[in-house]
Amino acid sequence: MSSPARTRRRPDTVDPIPWWLKVVGGLVIAFFILPTLFVIPMSFSSATTFQFPPPGFSWRLYENFFTNPVWLDSLGNSFLVASLTAVLATTVGTAAAVALSRLDGRAARFVRTLLMVPIVSPAIVVAVAVYISFLGWRLTGTVTGYVLAHTAIAVPYVLVSVTGALGGFDQRLLKASASLGASPLTSFVRVTLPLISRGVLTGGIFAFIVSFDEVVIALFLRSPLFQTMPVQMYNSVTVEIDPTISAASSLMVVAVTIIFILPLLLRGRAGSRQEPRP
Amino acid sequence: MTRQTTVEVTGSPRETKRGTEIRLEGVTKDYGLAAPAVDDISLTIEPGEFMTLLGPSGSGKTTTLNLIAGFETLTAGTISLDGADVSDVPPHRRNLGMLFQNYALFPHMTIAQNVAYPLRQRKVGKQEIARKVAEVLELVQLTGRDDTHPSKLSGGQQQRVALARAIVFEPKALLLDEPLGALDRNLRSALQTEIRRIHREVGSTFVFVTHDQEEAMNLADRIALFNNGRIEQVGTPQQLYAEPETLFTARFLGDSNVFELGQADLGGAVAWEGESWGVDPATVAAHPGVGKGSAIVVRPEDVEVAAGRDAVPVGANAVRAAVRDVEYMGSYRTLLLTIGDRGLFGRARVSALRGDYAIGDDVVVWWRPRAQRIVAA
Repeated sequence: MSSPARTRRRPDTVDPIPWWLKVVGGLVIAFFILPTLFVIPMSFSSATTFQFPPPGFSWRLYENFFTNPVWLDSLGNSFLVASLTAVLATTVGTAAAVALSRLDGRAARFVRTLLMVPIVSPAIVVAVAVYISFLGWRLTGTVTGYVLAHTAIAVPYVLVSVTGALGGFDQRLLKASASLGASPLTSFVRVTLPLISRGVLTGGIFAFIVSFDEVVIALFLRSPLFQTMPVQMYNSVTVEIDPTISAASSLMVVAVTIIFILPLLLRGRAGSRQEPRP
Repeated sequence: MTRQTTVEVTGSPRETKRGTEIRLEGVTKDYGLAAPAVDDISLTIEPGEFMTLLGPSGSGKTTTLNLIAGFETLTAGTISLDGADVSDVPPHRRNLGMLFQNYALFPHMTIAQNVAYPLRQRKVGKQEIARKVAEVLELVQLTGRDDTHPSKLSGGQQQRVALARAIVFEPKALLLDEPLGALDRNLRSALQTEIRRIHREVGSTFVFVTHDQEEAMNLADRIALFNNGRIEQVGTPQQLYAEPETLFTARFLGDSNVFELGQADLGGAVAWEGESWGVDPATVAAHPGVGKGSAIVVRPEDVEVAAGRDAVPVGANAVRAAVRDVEYMGSYRTLLLTIGDRGLFGRARVSALRGDYAIGDDVVVWWRPRAQRIVAA
């Protein structure tokens, strides 16, 4: 009896998101994306200084970038350091996350907090501390130095992402694995790792980006023979006022975007496969 | 037809292999809490036996199973398999199969990969693995699902896969940790039958943990009843039901009418609320606690109901009671009774054909002295 009335009163489209929230969301998206939208047109500019809008179209800045060994070397250095950092930080961070997930109590919480310190301490403080220590150990300007310093600040990201993945991991599977004759190491490789792989991969990507993007520590550790891309970009603005930076920035934006999107695409293709957990 | 081939295929390698003896001596696990979780337990599980560890939650049965499996370390005592001390052997080298309540199947592997897992750990050849996986999946009646992932199966099917995985490598014994706890009643009874059949066919030692007394009675050759980290009594289901040693055992298995006697002389007649009852010496438990305090236990099916004292045969133990409620159970009725002056709660099971009882009726209940059991209270 009352049901037709109720049906009539129901709005045509059920939309729980109010319009003003969409506006706020749009503004936030614009705030994040707009700078990028300025940089990419500028990278195709024919001007020799920074100008917006660009006076004409030209590949000159890209030509500069790919023919100048200073830019190319720094790009190669950044890739080298970021790759090694990703490997090291993922290994250390995953090991720490797995160990901490099995421990409980005050000691475990303390260690977890300790490992998170690099995220909350000001970059400049870390950079100065790293610089002073590494001077004594003769690590400034070396690949080892960059990788160690970047690993320290990248480990927390891996820790967080792997800890999240372990939240959905049933520790009882390890008991089952042991009862079936697998050593703890085999159990980790064949049971734990496949089931937390998404978190490990995400952590590794974050570690790569953190290192690829890092400028403060890199400024302190640079030597005339070895510097990373962000440092070269910093130099190009503060010392040389070289608009090639807009080409470099565009390339970095594209590279980082690809690195982030790649796993999504891969996952999409494997989407028909079984979800690990129901 | 299928059944016949199953027996043939599994027969040759497994029949020659007898079960393993599991011996627990002075086994203790202390977490440093008020009382040890497992307190000085000694138990020998015979080769090929189906032993059930039964008890309320927190009684130490699961801890004991984990100690046998090697997931917990002993505080004191030893555990040996066929005479070999395994107390310090890590779980993955004990060669014991285990079944878990939540199945614990690897979600990223197919059914066939799950079942092949223990064989791969043992470096079994590819063809041999394929043969054994097919064979064991047939044994648990789950063929043709090899490439399915566990989450696509029902709970009962998942537990069958887990069972196949736990026996495919011919472990020394199978440990079952409340494996049917997550299943509904019908499925549970079907799987009970299945587990019993597989125990018969495989012939290895099974140790089954449960808090469900019916399940324990159904499955076990022998039951070890746990209470507060100790074993209260070990015996066949019949022994535990018919000849309980303690009040705990009597109350845990089945319904009973309990008349507490305190410290009483059990030589002649005993007194309870002014009644004088005969004692058959054969019904007095040998438990040392009987001397300090005892109780008479009478099962509801051994209690007869009469209208008055004159209907009670000579030599029977009788007490007056009032009918509190009648439960109609089909082939029989259960009378819920208020017994004696202080209104003790009791039950009597009577044939549905014999007389009608109404709530509030005053009756006399009686039983033969040999039908009662005197236990330590």
